Amino acid sequence: MTIKHTLKLCLLLLIFTCASPKISKIEGKRLNIDQDLKPNEAVDAFIKPYREHVNKDMENVISYASQTYTKRDGQYNTAIGNLMADAVFSESNPVFNKRTGKDIDFVLLNHGGIRSILSQGNVTTRTAYEIMPFENSVVVAELKGEQVNEMMQYLSKAKRAHPVSKQLQLTLGKDGNIISATIHGEPIDTSKTYNVATNDYLYNGGDGMVFFSKNEGLHVLNYKIRDVLIDNFKKKDTLNPKQDNRFIQLND
Amino acid sequence: MKRRQFIQKSTAATVLAGIGGLSLQSFGSKAKKITILHTNDVHSHIDPFGPEDGRNANKGGVARRATLVEAIRQENPNTLLLDAGDIFQGTPYFNYYGGELEFKLMSMLKYDVATIGNHDFDNGIDGLYAQIPHADFEFVSANYDFSKTVMDTHVKPYKIIIKDGIKIGIFGLGIKLEGLVDKNMYKETVYHNPIEKAQDMSRILKEDEKCDLIICLSHIGYEYKNKPDKVSDIKLARATKDIDLIIGGHTHTFLPEPTIETNSVGKNVLVNQVGCYGLYLGKVDFYFSHGKQVGSNGASIVV
Repeated sequence: MTIKHTLKLCLLLLIFTCASPKISKIEGKRLNIDQDLKPNEAVDAFIKPYREHVNKDMENVISYASQTYTKRDGQYNTAIGNLMADAVFSESNPVFNKRTGKDIDFVLLNHGGIRSILSQGNVTTRTAYEIMPFENSVVVAELKGEQVNEMMQYLSKAKRAHPVSKQLQLTLGKDGNIISATIHGEPIDTSKTYNVATNDYLYNGGDGMVFFSKNEGLHVLNYKIRDVLIDNFKKKDTLNPKQDNRFIQLND
Repeated sequence: MKRRQFIQKSTAATVLAGIGGLSLQSFGSKAKKITILHTNDVHSHIDPFGPEDGRNANKGGVARRATLVEAIRQENPNTLLLDAGDIFQGTPYFNYYGGELEFKLMSMLKYDVATIGNHDFDNGIDGLYAQIPHADFEFVSANYDFSKTVMDTHVKPYKIIIKDGIKIGIFGLGIKLEGLVDKNMYKETVYHNPIEKAQDMSRILKEDEKCDLIICLSHIGYEYKNKPDKVSDIKLARATKDIDLIIGGHTHTFLPEPTIETNSVGKNVLVNQVGCYGLYLGKVDFYFSHGKQVGSNGASIVV
C-alpha cells in the first residue's frame, strides 16, 4: 500500500464519516471449550439435580450379562442380535395382539442398529441407552409372501448379521444361495400376509430395505426399541443369549 | 480464497485501523464492534465428555461455555449468542426431560436467537412446543411454514436486534424434512426452498429494514460434495447477496476458521460452523465505522 493509496482511503473515510455504519473489518475465531475453562458455578449448580437424577437412574442395575457380547461375534447371527430381535418379539407382540388380535410373525432389525457392546457384569439402564441411543421405535408392517421372499434375497446378499427373531429360519448354501427359508417352521407362502416387526428407520427404507415400502398395512406401536430392551432386561436375572442356527450359511 | 490475498487484506486492515481510528477520533466518534458467538448441533451435550471418552475426552460442557461467554460479554457488551439448531437429542438429558434443561440452560447463558434443526422435532412438533415456555430466546426460520401447526407465531422468519446503534437482522433456514424426519413428527410444517427464502429475507432486511449486519442461522448443512444438487451453506452463500455471515449446522462440520465465499454480486460472505456437541464456540467480530466500505470487495477479513 503506497502513501497515495493511504491518503485516498483516508479521504474516503473523512467524506463518508457521517453516513450509515459500514463493516470495516471482520475477525473470525474458533474457541475451545475444555478443562482450561472453569465451570460457571451457577450453571453447574443448576444442572446438578438433573444430573444426579439421570445418573441415579442410569446406574440402576436391571440385569446381569454373563459374558461380553458384540455384534461381530458371528457371521450371520450373533448372540446380541438374537437377544435384541427376540426381545422386540416378546415385548411388542402383546402390544400388537391387544390392538389387532393378530400376532407378529417375526422381527427384522439391522446390524448397524446395535450401537454398542454388551459388557459382562451388571447391566444398567445406561447399557440400554448405549446399545440403542436413538429414539427409533417398533413398527409392524404387513408384508405379502412375495415381499418376504424379497427380504430373504436381500438378507442372502447383504452378508451381514442383521438380527432376526427365532421364528425365522434362513439357511444359505456355500455360494450364498437360499437353501431354505421358513417362518414358524413353514415355507414362505406367497398367498399369505405376514406381520413383520421392525424399526421405523428400516421401515422407511433405511439400509436399502426397500421391500418394506410395498406393505399392505402399517401398525405404529409407539414403543421405543430402547424401552423394549429396558423392559426385557428387567425381566431377566441374567442375560446369556446364544448364537444359534436361525440364519446361517452351510460350509458344504 | 488464496493465502496471498489474505495477507494483503490483513495488512490493509492494520493500516486502515490506524487511519480510521485517527480520522474517526477527529469527528469525536469511535469504531463500533459487534461480537457474534455461536454454537450448533449441541445435541443435549450438557456435561463435558469424560476423561475416558475415545474422541472428545474432557471437552465441551455448558457450564464452561457459560464462563467463556460471560468473559466475552464483559469485554464487549455488544455481543450476541446464537445457535444453529439440533439443540435436542444425544444424551439421556433429552430422553428424560424432553429438552427442558437444554432450553433453560440456553436461557441462563442468555442466548438471543436460535433456529430449528431436524432433531428438534424428535419428540414431535408438540414436544418442541411443550418446551417453548422454557426458552427466554427467540426462534427464527424463514423457510419452515408453521402456520398450520402448534408452533404458529412461536417462530418468526427473522429477528432484528439493535446493539450500540448497529441494526442486526437475523433470519433462519431449516433442512428439508421429508425423508429425514417422520411426517408424524413434523406434521403440517411446510418446507420452502432455502435459497429463495434467503433472497427474500436479505432484500427485506437490507432494503426495507436497512440492517447494518445480516446473519443467516442455517441448519441446511455446510456442503454435500457427493450430492452436487443438494442445497448447502456454500451454495447459499454463492447464490445470495447482502448476507454477511452464515452460521451453519447439521453436517457437524468442524471448521478451524470461517470459510470466505463470494456471493452473487462478487462480495465476501463468511460461512462458519463449529462441529457439534458444544466442543467449541464460534466467535466473529464485526468492526463498524461511519463511512463507505473500503476496498472493492467490502471489509477486510482476518480469520
